[in-house]
Amino acid sequence: MKSHISTTINGDSVEFLCDPSQTLLQVLRNDLGMTGTKEGCGSGDCGACSVILDGELVCACLVLGVEAQDAAIETVEGVAAHDQLHVIQEKFLEHAALQCGICTPGLIVSTKALLEENPSPTEEEARYFLAGNLCRCTGYDKIIKAVMDAAATMRQGA
Amino acid sequence: MVALTYHAPDSLEEAVQLLSTARQPVKVLSGGTDLIIQMQGLTQDERLVVDVKKIPGMRAADWSDDHLRLGPSMSCSQFTKRQDIQAVFPGLVEAAYLIGSTQVQGRASLGGNLCNASPAADTIPALIVNRAVCLIQGPNGTRRVNVEDFLTGVGKQCLASDELLVAIEVPKPAARTSDAYLRFIPRTEMDIAVAGAAVSVTLDDDGVCSNARVAIGAVAPTAILVPSAAEALIGTKLDDDALHAAAAASSQAANPISDRRGTVEFRRHVVGVLTKRAAKIAANRVGAV
Repeated sequence: MKSHISTTINGDSVEFLCDPSQTLLQVLRNDLGMTGTKEGCGSGDCGACSVILDGELVCACLVLGVEAQDAAIETVEGVAAHDQLHVIQEKFLEHAALQCGICTPGLIVSTKALLEENPSPTEEEARYFLAGNLCRCTGYDKIIKAVMDAAATMRQGA
Repeated sequence: MVALTYHAPDSLEEAVQLLSTARQPVKVLSGGTDLIIQMQGLTQDERLVVDVKKIPGMRAADWSDDHLRLGPSMSCSQFTKRQDIQAVFPGLVEAAYLIGSTQVQGRASLGGNLCNASPAADTIPALIVNRAVCLIQGPNGTRRVNVEDFLTGVGKQCLASDELLVAIEVPKPAARTSDAYLRFIPRTEMDIAVAGAAVSVTLDDDGVCSNARVAIGAVAPTAILVPSAAEALIGTKLDDDALHAAAAASSQAANPISDRRGTVEFRRHVVGVLTKRAAKIAANRVGAV
């Protein structure tokens, strides 16, 4: 039997029907058409499906869709303000911090969570915080440069 | 995934009622970082999932006069951000901080780590050295079980099918007491302990160890308390001979397996080294207080 779930995604009230065995990742991608959140491993190892659930960075593949009831969810679709990219997104482009792009939405969401918690991370702190976001293209160097530059730019703007 | 029926009760009574009347196998859901993966592999089956996170107190951590009462479903990220807990149990907090990634810590809980009962669970040795006690509620009332007695085997603990872990109580330590947890992994993060050791020490004003607890993980079917290692430390100033004896006692108590992450010989040796180093760190933390 499907459950009727009322939740908030990127500030908007959203209702959906889901089977209790569906993960939040499956609901986002298959039922709500929000395909910005990627499926990598499906077992909480790669971070491609990172979303912020009630203020906590989590893997959407390790959350049941029914757990979204009364929750507040932030996905990569909510990072930019309409046509205006977020500083983090601009810096990922500027530093060419991506190749195939599958890890990028998860890394953008995780970087946002990092900089909200710690606006001045050391490179080591950034690398540990983002250790759950795997990238098989870049070797991470460009990603870390983009993250550190975004942090510096956001500190100046604040 | 298995066919699921999902309930999120808002009281302990309702949760225990669900556990005791279910017609299908029941799984208690906290953070789901182990459970959801386990259920993904079982496509021909059904489960009743009881999500306990909406029950008041399950995600809280509150001090009373003589102990910290931990809600078993509190996420590791909430737990590790608590400066008041870090100040008293730095070893327990560092164990929680080692679990998985930031994302996994956003969901994973100490109660889940305990009930999942992995031999390599990082928080369990640290709970044991801090004399943590499980509060268990069933249809006939509550009972208390020390963490070292709660675990019965690989992936197994003493909960009956109609019982729920409702709190973990960690007694406030004596004056001049601190703890530490160390694990060995071949990477720097995002890995599972090959061996782990937690130590709690109490030092008197002259620096003599008056009380100690040592527990080791990933080197036996369950995390185990090692009284002989603690005895090697008590009455000493944690000099090299005492640390060497404690290390030997931990290596002796270990009963590891060989697998792709480490051999029996390696794990036996490393768990001793970790015991020695964790004891030094805990002692230094007492000095720093």
